[in-house]
Amino acid sequence: MIDVLVIGGGNAALCAALMAREAGASVMLLESAPREWRGGNSQHTRNLRCMHDAPQDVLVGAYPEEEFWQDLLKVTGGQTDEHLARLVIRASSSCRDWMRKHGVRFQPSLSGTLHVARTNAFFMGGGKALVNAYYRSAENLGVQIRYNAPVDALELQDGRFVAARIGQERIPARACVVASGGFESNREWLREAWGQNENGEWPADNFRIRGTRFNMGVLLKHLLESGADAIGDPTQSHCVAIDARAPMYDGGICTRVDCLSLGVMVNQNAVRFYDEGEDFWPKRYAIWGRLVAQQPGQIGYCIIDAKPWGLFMPPVFPGEQANTLDELARKLGLDEQAFVRTISEYNAACRVGTFNHETLDDCHTEGLTPAKTHWARPLDTPPYYAFALRPGITFTYLGVKVNDQAAVHFGGEPSPNLFAAGEVMAGNVLGKGYTAGVGMSIGTAFGRIAGTQAALAARTQPETQNAGPLHATA
Amino acid sequence: MQQLESLAEQAIQFMPRSAVALTPEEAEVDRVMTVCNACRYCEGFCAVFPAMTRLLEFGKADIHHLANVCHNCGACLHSCQYAPPHEFALNVPQALAKARAQTYTEYAWPPALGSLYRRAGLTVALSMAGALAFFLVLALQISGTLLHEPLAGNFYAIFPHNMLALMFGVVFLFSVLALAIGVRRFWRDISPAGPAVSREAAAEAARNALTLKYLDGGHGNGCNDEDDRYTLRRRMFHHFTFYGFMLCFAATSVATLYHYLLDYHAPYPIMSLPVQLGIWGGVGLLIGPAGLLWLNLRRHPLHGDPAQRPMDRGFIVLLFLISLSGLALLAWRDTSAMALLLAVHLGFVMALFLTMPYGKFAHGIYRCAALLKSAVDRRKTAKASAA
Repeated sequence: MIDVLVIGGGNAALCAALMAREAGASVMLLESAPREWRGGNSQHTRNLRCMHDAPQDVLVGAYPEEEFWQDLLKVTGGQTDEHLARLVIRASSSCRDWMRKHGVRFQPSLSGTLHVARTNAFFMGGGKALVNAYYRSAENLGVQIRYNAPVDALELQDGRFVAARIGQERIPARACVVASGGFESNREWLREAWGQNENGEWPADNFRIRGTRFNMGVLLKHLLESGADAIGDPTQSHCVAIDARAPMYDGGICTRVDCLSLGVMVNQNAVRFYDEGEDFWPKRYAIWGRLVAQQPGQIGYCIIDAKPWGLFMPPVFPGEQANTLDELARKLGLDEQAFVRTISEYNAACRVGTFNHETLDDCHTEGLTPAKTHWARPLDTPPYYAFALRPGITFTYLGVKVNDQAAVHFGGEPSPNLFAAGEVMAGNVLGKGYTAGVGMSIGTAFGRIAGTQAALAARTQPETQNAGPLHATA
Repeated sequence: MQQLESLAEQAIQFMPRSAVALTPEEAEVDRVMTVCNACRYCEGFCAVFPAMTRLLEFGKADIHHLANVCHNCGACLHSCQYAPPHEFALNVPQALAKARAQTYTEYAWPPALGSLYRRAGLTVALSMAGALAFFLVLALQISGTLLHEPLAGNFYAIFPHNMLALMFGVVFLFSVLALAIGVRRFWRDISPAGPAVSREAAAEAARNALTLKYLDGGHGNGCNDEDDRYTLRRRMFHHFTFYGFMLCFAATSVATLYHYLLDYHAPYPIMSLPVQLGIWGGVGLLIGPAGLLWLNLRRHPLHGDPAQRPMDRGFIVLLFLISLSGLALLAWRDTSAMALLLAVHLGFVMALFLTMPYGKFAHGIYRCAALLKSAVDRRKTAKASAA
């Protein structure tokens, strides 16, 4: 019998598999996707948020535990577990040598991302390069890897893992790590979670999925139905406003539109609805998906004029372009009068000081609701551009409750041999909101903990009635 | 796929920028780079992506600059979240390789001969066959036989020195001239403002070319061959090839100096400088091309442009044969087979000289120019952002 069965194929699953294997366990990893789509959402990631007290290779300055914690506290609005969060934060300071040992390479922050050079270590080549390195290392260490292996159920006995099932196939193991992600690719579940709004719309129908198409949440649903303790709100997620023309799945990073804080955002009634200049874009990009989801039609239009070009990452799709505001409104299908009125009111309210997109500058509006508190400059230099944006879900936060050993809880009691890591339990730390790179910090920390604990559990587990002879390393 | 097509369409609509229409291959680079520029994950691998981030749109000259900076290492393909089967179907090294073939074709001089690139494998094969036949017939004409009494390695008893010097000199100078005209036109297009090339930029470009910096993957672990694993094999075999070639070239140059300046004529003894340079260069030029061919045959099918494999392999095989025939000539220069071996060796060398401006050899010249442009631009950006 296998010692440790890892269900999932992304960063957390791979960290768990590698740690368990290093601890001497025999390990099998089941990835539901085919090989060419392996890695879950990790293939779309690009960095890891890291605590550090002094400059470290690619990281500049210092990012102490307390500051990281305060950042997390702020974005989650307190919906986090301080004990688990601090565990993640501390683990993020010491995991990178281990990552390097398994082939992950780091690089200084990418051009256009200087603001995270202090807090985030970038993977050279991005998340897919990381995933490739981990799979290579796992293969070299003798982890058995199966693709196209979607587990649909677990056999549990009083919170104890016995076996996993793929259709009719039964895979017993001494311990198990579930790292199978959230449910964001499951359109039906999203629809049900978001329900109908006051206009009779089903908002989730207009969502795009920035990440993998394989996170159907089958195992998450099964675990919750089997009595695992739930954590998190099914409508909460890492949700970014992305280009409305993005593909339904796997749009990844490039569908982001990064000029929002340099212009204004209107809804389909041509009305502004939130302070676009509240804070630096990297600190705010993750709230706009939800803001757009709450607008009629779940669509927003980011409007800029000719001035900001060159100050933000070039968008992947060209914007709608016009030489006058009413022409732009016509092209967008918005009410011309309302649109021109919104922009004129905004323009009149702008108090332009010294524009600087790299600081929280003094360009702001006066007497406008909602205000724009920074980078407020009149839209007066044609051509004007518009980008239609929709909510883009990266991953959902509903998950299973775990303790600091990554053990899944059933009725408040930790399972002796079932562990969880990654997005399936990220809700323990992230009740809402997001800050760049923290998903990978959680996945790496809990993946490594889960792998270690699973290897330990496999060694110390009493024989269950279904268990075969103990493995040689036991 | 529909989304892919509409993306391509939008990308094309987005770029009425330059007055010059793009070829389909160039338009594909534009589409690919527009996605890459919104992602940038691969920025650490090589000089292509930093050069890309300096641009907001991609004109014809930019595309050819980027295409020639690319070493086809493969890292960005294996790391790409948008590579097939993703609907964006990005294959950066392939798109750039296809554009690169157009650089060679378009900038070739005389222009009419540019089309030889499209059949570069055939060009090399025909040149080899023609040059071999020429020297064999010439040897027969001169000495009446290909097998002769041993001549103690005296090549000039078969082909007079001045005749060889004239033939090879003329062809070599023509090839150098043709390459120089091509690369000069290329440089003018990618650097229309004619920025001043600082000594530091030139030194950086030279270092990057001579060390094959961009086959190290940015992390020093190397580039990709058959899969997502990084190895230093390609870099090492290219070094054997290039430095082996340079030693052979040095051997010929030293011998030429001996001949004209010192009046010291071949055959030279084994321990003499030209022969030693030739031996060690020749060994490098056996190991390098053999290794490169081995790697080329194992390359991941999505790397580069399959249509250019005959060009790549033809060139590699030609280098190998030049070295092999040269070493054989040295080994058996005192036997009756010398004339035959000499004719064969000269035939291979002549084939190389003839095809230099119209085959794989040119990649090194355009690559150096593109690296220089990148080094110059990098300094401009650094200066601008410091200001």
